[in-house]
Amino acid sequence: MDIKKDYAVQMRAITKKFGSFTALDQVDIDIKKGSIHAILGENGAGKSTLMNVLYGLYQAEEGEIYLEGEKVNIKNPNIAISHGIGMVHQHFMLVDNFTVTQNIILGNEVVSGAGVLNMTKAHEQIKDIVKKYGLEVDPDAKIEDISVGMQQRVEILKALYRGAEVLILDEPTAVLTPQEISELIKIMHNLAKDGKTIIIITHKLKEIKESADVCTIIRRGKYIDTVTVSEVSEEDLAEMMVGHAVKLVVDKTEADPKEVIFEIKDLVVQNERKLDAVKNLNLKIRKGEIVGIAGIDGNGQKELIEAITCLTKSKSGTIKINGKEIQNTTPRNVINHKVATIHEDRQKRGLVLNFTVAENMIIENYGKEPYSKKGFLNKKAMYENAKGLIKDYDIRPDNCEGLLVRGLSGGNQQKVIIAREVTNEPDLLIAVQPTRGLDVGAIEYVHKTLIRERDKGKAILLVSFELDEVMNVSDTVAVIYDGTIVETFKQGTVDENTIGLLMAGGAADGKNS
Amino acid sequence: MLDNLFLLIGITLMYSTPLIFGGLGGMVSERSGVVNIGIEGMMTVGAATGVSVAYFTGNPWFGFLCAGLAGGLIALLHAIASITFKADQTISGIAINLMGSGISLFMCRLLFDGATHTPAVERKIPKLFGDTRITGVAKNLNVDLTVIFALVLAVVLWFVFYKTKWGLRIRAVGEHPAAADTLGINVALTRYVCVVISGVLAGFGGASVTLAIISQFSPTAISGQGFIALAAVIFGKWTPHGVYGACLLFGFAQALTIILGGGNFAVPSQILSMLPYVLTIIILILFVGRSVAPKASGVAYEKGAR
Repeated sequence: MDIKKDYAVQMRAITKKFGSFTALDQVDIDIKKGSIHAILGENGAGKSTLMNVLYGLYQAEEGEIYLEGEKVNIKNPNIAISHGIGMVHQHFMLVDNFTVTQNIILGNEVVSGAGVLNMTKAHEQIKDIVKKYGLEVDPDAKIEDISVGMQQRVEILKALYRGAEVLILDEPTAVLTPQEISELIKIMHNLAKDGKTIIIITHKLKEIKESADVCTIIRRGKYIDTVTVSEVSEEDLAEMMVGHAVKLVVDKTEADPKEVIFEIKDLVVQNERKLDAVKNLNLKIRKGEIVGIAGIDGNGQKELIEAITCLTKSKSGTIKINGKEIQNTTPRNVINHKVATIHEDRQKRGLVLNFTVAENMIIENYGKEPYSKKGFLNKKAMYENAKGLIKDYDIRPDNCEGLLVRGLSGGNQQKVIIAREVTNEPDLLIAVQPTRGLDVGAIEYVHKTLIRERDKGKAILLVSFELDEVMNVSDTVAVIYDGTIVETFKQGTVDENTIGLLMAGGAADGKNS
Repeated sequence: MLDNLFLLIGITLMYSTPLIFGGLGGMVSERSGVVNIGIEGMMTVGAATGVSVAYFTGNPWFGFLCAGLAGGLIALLHAIASITFKADQTISGIAINLMGSGISLFMCRLLFDGATHTPAVERKIPKLFGDTRITGVAKNLNVDLTVIFALVLAVVLWFVFYKTKWGLRIRAVGEHPAAADTLGINVALTRYVCVVISGVLAGFGGASVTLAIISQFSPTAISGQGFIALAAVIFGKWTPHGVYGACLLFGFAQALTIILGGGNFAVPSQILSMLPYVLTIIILILFVGRSVAPKASGVAYEKGAR
């Protein structure tokens, strides 16, 4: 395609390398002015890298960038900003203990005289933008006190305040509730109507269908195709993204739950600031059932899991597995009671990155035969065990038992943990954000494994901030809000909107409490 | 009685002043995200430089200025190590402390025929009401001019940090460097400037000991003031006014040592001398866990790492 003036952004033959790794290989993209353009790709496909090049955070080794037909050289974000490009990062770039106004003006302050801040004038300017696009925020609130959805609006305001005409949103919906997502989509349409160009980076097909006009697919650093969203299906998009056909909905049969094996009663857990983070929480899980906890991050999930696994103390209440109380004992005791946990942060809690795959796989059983005898490790048994699991769980690269876990990809690291936890034959398997940062193929694998273990009669507790995941995989959905389970549903008896409202603290009948 | 009270205030102000310079220096550095435990070393170098320059030129003000320069120069090393080369800031700070006392002593021996003490300077930094013999109550409040500077400095820093764009940027860099970076703020440059300023202020602090309180440098001229100043940064919650207040408290403890040691009370001087240090430990125990440091303090900023 030629370089044209009615295209807000055109990038040509962009190549970006990190050491010997080619993150982007001759990628082209054309983004029309006033459109909502999605960039789709798996994790690590290079979609964020491409946009970071456009925003000047990275310098491409090769390639050219044209804005409205003019060739530009964007060496740093300052230059990008001066060309009217704004970016909202996936991890918000906000200073927590600053106010909304301070965050918006930072780096581009309203001053009177020699560098003295003029906050009154700053307020007025921000109010004007807020009114124009319907981005309601309290300019004097501190970032740490406002919701994630609000924080995102602050990020958008930051870009608009700097006169952004092109707005890049990196994975904008990852942390939002369904309601917040539909509000964001509304805001995006408002902005596009006003002539702004919106680029969203995402791997969520549903949102592309709902919001974008055009979608460019990138796979492993290479340009695949650009399609008009209304002309393709979600399945088509998924296939282009992954490179082969994928199933988006998990195959599973009806659950056949047996007796209750795990029970939490009136649990209270305090967080680091000595405030009650889990408040009189009750939960039951039966054998052969997946209970999914739906909720927004920070509603007590972390403290709940830490209390169950005895990484933190419970203030009151009981946690029973097989009729035995395990609260306020030790992590070792919890494991011995046949509770296995796939922790949220696999690199911090799940694995010792500088240990080999074989070592990581026996990290809970090193004291048991055959892995050690009288305190001496039996390397042969360790490697035998690892070899078997690597084969069973298709962990790559092949024969990686002697390699450091650090060198494995995220998906394979997760498989190492799953292999280890599942082979411990737990009665209760806890999976916290088990697919975080994994690509579509690996997600499918993790979900299948969870369902397979359920079918073997295990109890499974799934905690996820992705509502789709909870809805897809669980047999019972428990909604957590402000430290308590507010409502429990059997799968199939409730829709996403009801759950979304409950997650945000509203009542099930649709009214906000 | 009133006389004693003013004496106490005067001595408190006198002893607080080096701490205030050092503490404000530490605060500026940490607010930008660089932990500077090398304040002690920078103060020592400042103390030695200030007195040496003042001795040879006969001008205490010139000495004071050079003390700041020397402190800033040493701080530049810390900045290079911890910002450009992303070295561990604690280790670098320890190295600065060891180096500071070493260089100072070496310089002293080199300049003064192998002596470990410099000779006394003839002209110290003048006092508020001049050198004329003032009598009455005001006598005890005729403080060194450095005391006034320290107060002005705290006020200026407060204004800069909370009322100007520079302050906003420094605080942002110390809390969330990646956010500042994406808004086009030069994180490395901001940190360099702050660390060097911190060294200059520490240098002033050192000189305010040797050019105002005592009039010569000895290896024990700076004995822990730099560390007490760091405790004051924590106690003062990384704010200019807080640090100023905390330093006054520590200065008061030192003043008490003098007043109580003055005869009528039979408290052994060894016990009294411990007072400022014991107070530091107690305050650290009580407050370290509670006050919140700038989030990015002590962490080297790497582009792309999030």
